[in-house]
Parts: sequence; C-alpha cells; structure tokens
Amino acid sequence: MSARITAAVFTSHVPAIGVAMDLGKTEEPYWQPLFAGYEAGRAWIQDNPPDAVILVYNDHGNAFGLDMVPTFALGMSPSYEPADEGWGPRPVPSVQGHPALSAHIAYSVIQQDFDLTLVNEMPVDHGLTVPLSIMFGQPEAWPCPVVPLAVNVVQYPAPSGRRCLELGKALRRAVESFDDDLNVQIWGTGGMSHQLQGPRAGLINAAFDTAFLDRIVTDPEGQAGIDHVEYVREAGSEGIELVMWLVARGAMADLAGGPAPQEVHRLYHVPASNTAVGQLILQDVAT
Amino acid sequence: MALDKPYLDIPGTTVFDTDQAAAGYALNQFCRSLMDADKRERFHSDERAYLDEWPMSEDQKLGVIARDLNGLIALGGNIYFLAKIGASDGQSYLQIVSSMTENDAAGHAEMMLNGGRSPDGNRYLHEWKDRP
Repeated sequence: MSARITAAVFTSHVPAIGVAMDLGKTEEPYWQPLFAGYEAGRAWIQDNPPDAVILVYNDHGNAFGLDMVPTFALGMSPSYEPADEGWGPRPVPSVQGHPALSAHIAYSVIQQDFDLTLVNEMPVDHGLTVPLSIMFGQPEAWPCPVVPLAVNVVQYPAPSGRRCLELGKALRRAVESFDDDLNVQIWGTGGMSHQLQGPRAGLINAAFDTAFLDRIVTDPEGQAGIDHVEYVREAGSEGIELVMWLVARGAMADLAGGPAPQEVHRLYHVPASNTAVGQLILQDVAT
Repeated sequence: MALDKPYLDIPGTTVFDTDQAAAGYALNQFCRSLMDADKRERFHSDERAYLDEWPMSEDQKLGVIARDLNGLIALGGNIYFLAKIGASDGQSYLQIVSSMTENDAAGHAEMMLNGGRSPDGNRYLHEWKDRP
C-alpha cells in the first residue's frame, strides 16, 4: 500500500494558546472553555493517529526575515527547533521531520509546476508548534514526523486562495505516489478573523468566520475565488492567513473525483487574545 | 503600470506591501535581531547605542524608543517584527496590540471578551471620515 492522505485538520495557531499551555493556565476561566472544546479533536487523533503530518502554516518573521520572502517553503530537514520569537523558545519538543517524504513532495510538486523553495535548515515558530500542542497536548516527544510547508502571508501579496487550493491538489497527487505505507494528515492553520495592527486592531467578524467554516466544507472551489482584499476588509489584516486552510482542503479526495469528506468536529470560539479561534476536522471516507 | 493597491480604502489598516517593506527594511531587521537573547540585552542596556548600529532613519529610531507602533507602521514596520520589541519588554500580544487602538490594555481585553471590534462601520475609509 502506498501513502495516502486520510484527513485534514484546520486550526488557528494563536501564540497565546501555546503560552497558556506552557504556563499551565488552561484551567483558568479565560482559557477553560477553549481547551474543553479541544478535547474532541484530541480524542479523535488518539483514535486516528497519523504516521506523518504535512503542516501548512506561516512563519512570523522568525525563520524568514525580510531578506528572503519565499511564497511556498518546504522543510527538508530531519529536525526543526522551536524558534526564539523574542521571549525565549517555547518549552516544547523538537519537531522531527520526514526527509524522504519531503524529497518526494519536492520532486512531485515542483514537476507539477509549483516552484517551491526548499529549506534545509530553519527554526519553527508558533505557527507550527501551537497546532501540534492543540492536537497532541504536552507529550515528551511529538508522536509523528512533520513536513513543514510555510506560506508567505506576511508581505503582500500572499498567494491567492485559488493557488493555495491547487497546491493542495498537487500535494495529494504527490503523497499518493510515495511508495511507503504511510497514513498522512494535512493540516491547514492560521486565522480566523483577527487584526493585530493599527487603530482597527481587534477586529472580529463572526459572520464571516462562520460562513467560511461552512463554505470550506461544502464549496472550497467557490471559497478559493475570494480575493485578498475581501479577507483583509472582512476578516482583518491577519485574517488573510485563512488562505492556508485552502491548501489542506485542496488535498482531500472529493477534489480529485472522490466522495465528499465527513465532518468530524467543528469549533468556533472568541477570543483567544486578539483572535477568533476556529477548528475543523474533515476525514476522507474510505472507499 | 502602478502597483494595484485595492486595500488602501480600508480604515485603520496598513497592508504590509512591497513599498512598506522597502521603507521599513532596516527597522524590521533590527526588530528581528531581538530574537537573540544577547542582542535583547544589548538593546535594553542602551537602546540608542544599539539602534545606532542599524541604518534606520532618525524617526524610526525615535519611534522605537517611544514604542510608537502606529508611527512605526507608517514608517514601514511590520507588526510581527515590531512585536518583538514588546515581547522583549515582557509584554503580551494583547498589550502590544492595544497600544495602537483607542483603548488601554484592560479596555482592549474587555472589547475582545465582548466579541471584538465589529466590522460594521469599519470596512471603508469613508466610514471613518468623522474621526479625529
């Protein structure tokens, strides 16, 4: 049996969620409802453990400064260390990579006309480690290897939603042509509505977020047509991160002619720090 | 052909585009240097001396010393880089972000608990025309 993508996990990656876990604050009244909401996803992944995760996220000026701004950067390394983002590295395990899967993805996806930047050495910031904490809690070591895929959403223009969805389709074809028997999940992270800068900071748009959660399940091709300025205007300047969810959505079976995925779990919560938190788990139906 | 900037009519918002990135390059690279604990200590022991090592404008340096984030964004700063100044001061993102708004940190936190800033009345520049 070759490798296959079995599920997609979509989640915000708010740094304060990681801080709350690292400082043991998850039972405080501010955080307790959110972490209670995460229990369903953690139970699901215990029952559906991946052999590897392709984790789509954005770096926040940590691995990449402004000297180089890669639109899509694929991690090739056997391991990645948590970044010191200005307050010391998060006290979480090192992230183990999967160099063979990374190399295969590079071969396949670049030859499907996506010009990935290949990164042999980089730290990983909260964009990658907070989703691991949300799904896996606080283990001694992360339970599976991770292939990081960093998307530029910091410097305008970010890639379009359409481009992100198509990249997801290419990633599915890449995984399915990898010879090892490997159960791969793809995670799309970031969002939901939030704005961290300027006098409009603090913007939250629950109506937009809720519609996005519906539409990414039922009409990802339509959602892929939404342009940047609508995300910025409606979901805040940092709400543009939501295009990364489309990469993961693009990798699901229905967009390759298969059946629609099953929705396993959905969560929406306001606020975590400055941000609206969303989580969605979609599982491909066995055929 | 000029760069297409359809986002310029959004109030209270500066999209970090290539023009902003060019104006703020040294400022943002200075901020990024604060990922290093030794450099954080050098910055905090003598902010002016450390800033003078960077090819930043005088306004950018004064903006850093004043922690004037709205001013620094206008001068090309990006929030993810600027946040490293606040992080090195021991501030949370909630505190850092509130400093750019009409609210203090407690008021901002309360606004967020009440569902955040509504998009209504905050989508287009003309909706803010009566603001000071």
